[in-house]
Amino acid sequence: MGAEGIGARVARKEDKRFITGKGRYTDDMVVPGMKHAMFVRSPHAHAKINGIDKSAALAMPGVIDVLDGKQLTEDQIGSLICGWMIHSKDGSPMNMGNWRPLAEDAVRYVGDAVAIVVADTKAQAREAAEAVSVDYEELPAVTDSMAALADGAPQIHPNAPGNQIYDWEIGDSGEVDAALASAAHVTELNVVNNRLIPNAMEPRAALGHYNAAEDHYTCWTTSQNPHVARLVMSAFYNVAPENKLRVIAPDVGGGFGSKIYIYPEEIVCLWASKRTNVPVKWVADRTESFLSDAHGRDHVSNIKLAFDSDNRITAMKVDTVANLGAYMSLFSSSVPTYLYATLLSGQYNIANIHANIRTAYTNTAPVDAYRGAGRPEASFLVERAMETAARELGVNPAELRRKNFITEFPHQTPVIMTYDGGDYGASLDAAMKAADYDGFAARKAQSAASGKLRGIGMACYIEACGIAPSQAVGSLGAGVGLWESAEVRVNAVGTIEVLTGSHSHGQGHETTFAQLVAERLGVGIDTVNIVHGDTDKVQMGMGTYGSRSGAVGMSAISVALDRVQAKAKKIAAHLLEADEADIVIEGGELKVAGTDKTLPWFQMALAAYTAHNLPEGMEPGLKESAFFDPSNFSFPAGCHICEVEVDPDTGVTEITQFVAADDFGTIINPMIVDGQVHGGVTQGIGQALLEGCVYDPGSGQLLTASYMDYTMPRADDLPSFTVETTKTESPSNPLGLKGCGEAGAIGSPPAVINAITDAIGNNDLAMPATPQTVWSAMKA
Amino acid sequence: MANISMTVNGSEVSGDAEDRTLLVEFLRNDLGLTGTHVGCDTSQCGACVVHVDGEAVKSCTMLAAQAAGSEITTIEGLAGGGDLHPVQKAFHENHGLQCGFCTPGMIMAATDMVRRHGASLDEATVRTELEGNICRCTGYHNIVKSILAAASEMGGAQQAAE
Amino acid sequence: MYKTNYHRASSVEEATSLMAGADDGKLLAGGQTLIPTMKQRLAAPSDVVDLRHIADLKGISVAGNQVTIGAGTTHADVANSAEVRSVCPALADLASHIGDPHVRNMGTIGGSIANNDPAADYPAAMVALNATVHTNSRQIGAADFFTGLFETALNDGEIITAVTFDAPEKAAYQKFPNPASRYAMAGVFVAKGGGGVSVGVTGAGSDGVYRASDMEAALNTNFSSDALDGTSVDPADMLSDLHGSAEYRANLVKVMARRAVAAAS
Repeated sequence: MGAEGIGARVARKEDKRFITGKGRYTDDMVVPGMKHAMFVRSPHAHAKINGIDKSAALAMPGVIDVLDGKQLTEDQIGSLICGWMIHSKDGSPMNMGNWRPLAEDAVRYVGDAVAIVVADTKAQAREAAEAVSVDYEELPAVTDSMAALADGAPQIHPNAPGNQIYDWEIGDSGEVDAALASAAHVTELNVVNNRLIPNAMEPRAALGHYNAAEDHYTCWTTSQNPHVARLVMSAFYNVAPENKLRVIAPDVGGGFGSKIYIYPEEIVCLWASKRTNVPVKWVADRTESFLSDAHGRDHVSNIKLAFDSDNRITAMKVDTVANLGAYMSLFSSSVPTYLYATLLSGQYNIANIHANIRTAYTNTAPVDAYRGAGRPEASFLVERAMETAARELGVNPAELRRKNFITEFPHQTPVIMTYDGGDYGASLDAAMKAADYDGFAARKAQSAASGKLRGIGMACYIEACGIAPSQAVGSLGAGVGLWESAEVRVNAVGTIEVLTGSHSHGQGHETTFAQLVAERLGVGIDTVNIVHGDTDKVQMGMGTYGSRSGAVGMSAISVALDRVQAKAKKIAAHLLEADEADIVIEGGELKVAGTDKTLPWFQMALAAYTAHNLPEGMEPGLKESAFFDPSNFSFPAGCHICEVEVDPDTGVTEITQFVAADDFGTIINPMIVDGQVHGGVTQGIGQALLEGCVYDPGSGQLLTASYMDYTMPRADDLPSFTVETTKTESPSNPLGLKGCGEAGAIGSPPAVINAITDAIGNNDLAMPATPQTVWSAMKA
Repeated sequence: MANISMTVNGSEVSGDAEDRTLLVEFLRNDLGLTGTHVGCDTSQCGACVVHVDGEAVKSCTMLAAQAAGSEITTIEGLAGGGDLHPVQKAFHENHGLQCGFCTPGMIMAATDMVRRHGASLDEATVRTELEGNICRCTGYHNIVKSILAAASEMGGAQQAAE
Repeated sequence: MYKTNYHRASSVEEATSLMAGADDGKLLAGGQTLIPTMKQRLAAPSDVVDLRHIADLKGISVAGNQVTIGAGTTHADVANSAEVRSVCPALADLASHIGDPHVRNMGTIGGSIANNDPAADYPAAMVALNATVHTNSRQIGAADFFTGLFETALNDGEIITAVTFDAPEKAAYQKFPNPASRYAMAGVFVAKGGGGVSVGVTGAGSDGVYRASDMEAALNTNFSSDALDGTSVDPADMLSDLHGSAEYRANLVKVMARRAVAAAS
């Protein structure tokens, strides 16, 4: 490892602009002639639209136009799609309801967009939006998934009878039922995985600019994957052909999944720009974000875990109902199926697993992937069940887990996945040591002496990152391939540009990707520039989500670097009159191994571009690209331990320590990886203790629509964390990377709830375990 | 509509703005100082924190007219013409930011915190005093570490976060 | 925010006449509640009259036992006041936990009590300290000042100029914050003075701030946490919302009261 290469704790290159206020986010963009938009949104959870009267709004000062769904349809703008086809167990395709970018006939959740107002100022647009008179005929609404699937529930989409989207299964139910029947012990648990609202600190925004003179569109947007946005807006929404549409995602202020999807607003802003012939900017208010960003989680599950007389797991049976909201967002269908049920084996050797998943439409915001996406739900279910089983069986929870760990790889689970490597015992040991697990009893006694209840809980999680390979995911219903692209351009003076289809929204790609180049080409990271987030600069990409930018995005760069290195070595060998196989690249030079013959990197680059003296037949220049498609997912895994102290008078839980021991394979920059763990763990603690999206079941109004009611984790809710890493390299990509972005949010919720239930002696505790909830559970 | 004058980052500025214009809107839209951000509607997230006459204030909860005649410092002017303020430097060195959106408000809040507490700043105080600043990326761990490091560098903290 | 006209007053008299000249004027103290309310379009005053630059409204003075706090004094100034800390540390402590540091730099005691948010902190102290609210036209005892949720005895355009109270022998404030908003879900201010023990409760009561008379009776007999064991808080009198049921708030009131008694100094 060099000072700036793989494994170096390098401070981030991108920081300077953010700490000096020079970051450039979508809301910071100003285009000459730019006007401001507000959306007219439904105040009702479910209603028929009998008419829209725009006359008063159109007459208001500064208003340029008010556009509605009828006009959108006239212009043949397409409906929003879900990009992953799931078939029910009876073979029928999922029931996808029609999602118009602007609702025309009916609204299906509070916040559903009905019209857009474009005006000179945002204040004028807001005032005019209030003056748009929509004639709603209110219909009964349902917000809860179980209620939506019950007989007599309000029908939300005409083509989804009983509001069911699909009824899907995985695994062999016969084998599982037999194992349950003959088990020495069965642990059964009902678990709700609470609905969350992602809350990236930068609200979503879009600036659409149609240039009539060039018949060309530009969209600045808060996106984790601008290329997919362009693809979908061209291929499905008929906004513009790809060659006439440029999508730019400048600095993006967090995403956590919520900025993967293509939402109505960017489509409508682009379309409205053509209609009004002015650039149209929309920036969400926070409450608008609460209402209309895709939410996360919202599962209701039952799990049965069968054990033999030696406490080995023989089977698992899971029944889950997932709430997908009013419309199917871009990846929503895959979250409770292939991203959830395929991880139910956890870290354990389980011969038989069966899971049945039903998904429901409700009159709530669309639900899609949020940090972890399906895997936190699986991990929570499995690890709550394991802890419960240990309590029921009267055995040490760590030893019950250890006894059932998978220890031989590759391991084929009964739910599709082939785990390619790992050492679960190592992370369990590391976490227990860091947490001084053995000293817990003494600490508990100390707490008891001061009237507090102390508890400890653990979770051994697995996740699957970098969904792959494309052919396999295609066969499972995905509408896209999940590779990544990269281009490495060596300039004539030897400096380097890397173009990548990954797109950072806080992960530090400008630094870590440059570290990979530094490692491979022996140059300083300051000579490397990472280019991303612009479809005019980077040809194609699949974006950043699912902890894929390292395992997939950097692997593509690595393959392109292989090609750059190969050509550079050929040039050097030619100029140094040596054998290509003897050339090594290090310290900014190309050297002939075992000799003192060297060629500075920049001279090699210059030679490539002057082309005065290149090997015969070689093309001038030095620029290589690659598309990388991994052979398998990567499987990060680890153990999280949480220790809490509960105040019995108030139900307040204080996290006294939190330890994360994770196996992420190769680590490029430990400082950045630690930061990802801190953030992920905090979002998991948020889910466990603080955050819960609540709709009023009768009216369908969102009750947690601002930070006054939705509890965001704050600094004083949290301890400092202890982060440990163990390492087994992933064999599925050339760098041995596994992905670290989501692990924190996957391992922490069950660890927290296992700790609190240990402290209070009641295993029945809902998330978020707010003080009131814990207090009530103690009294129960 | 009124003409509003104030001193921003050491320079006299003025602009015509409606009386309902918030200070943050005036800074961003009229002065082009887009480092100050808006992350919520309810005065809680703190992405908009600036210094008004030397004290940290939420610029989304103050009319520009209220700030007329005041001296304002925003993230763009914090270093006062130097390269980086010690708090900015500490955030960089300790990875106290990820997406960067809450960062200007965090740094302005942290600077105010260090000014008020100096040598007595400890981890518990930092965490309590960050009540008005929400970050969704970092889990605060490295923000706390950054602030303690800055306090230490500027003459004081007792210990680092870890 | 709806359109409004901003006026900056340099004296109480000027503020009074600006208010008199406004269609539907509102006094703007620190603005930490009014401006968010206006941003949410829940308030639409035709005019706002800024009191922040009236020097007469600011400042803290202690004469013997009597404490005077100007209405325009910020929470930060009360929290950091050596005078307040020396005679009534409980009030400084209360002020140091209102909102967050940035809010405390703007928000004022006068603004807080004039708004009488049922979850605000100062009203609990005012009733427990038997404070007197001074306005530009009269003096009102705290017991008569707070008349209901967001309701006070103030007339339209009447301006609070100061609050005064006699420093108690001992006092403490304990707050249980709402996890999301950090407003009080139950805040109890206990004060022991010449006239006996007073207990002011905020955040919990369905009619806003109130005096817990049975707790006061118990504490007048025996000023200790245990004396509260025999008292009860009726959930029927409590607020109930997403974050705390009436039963939970009733429990919190008692727990905070016990802790306040234990902490009183």
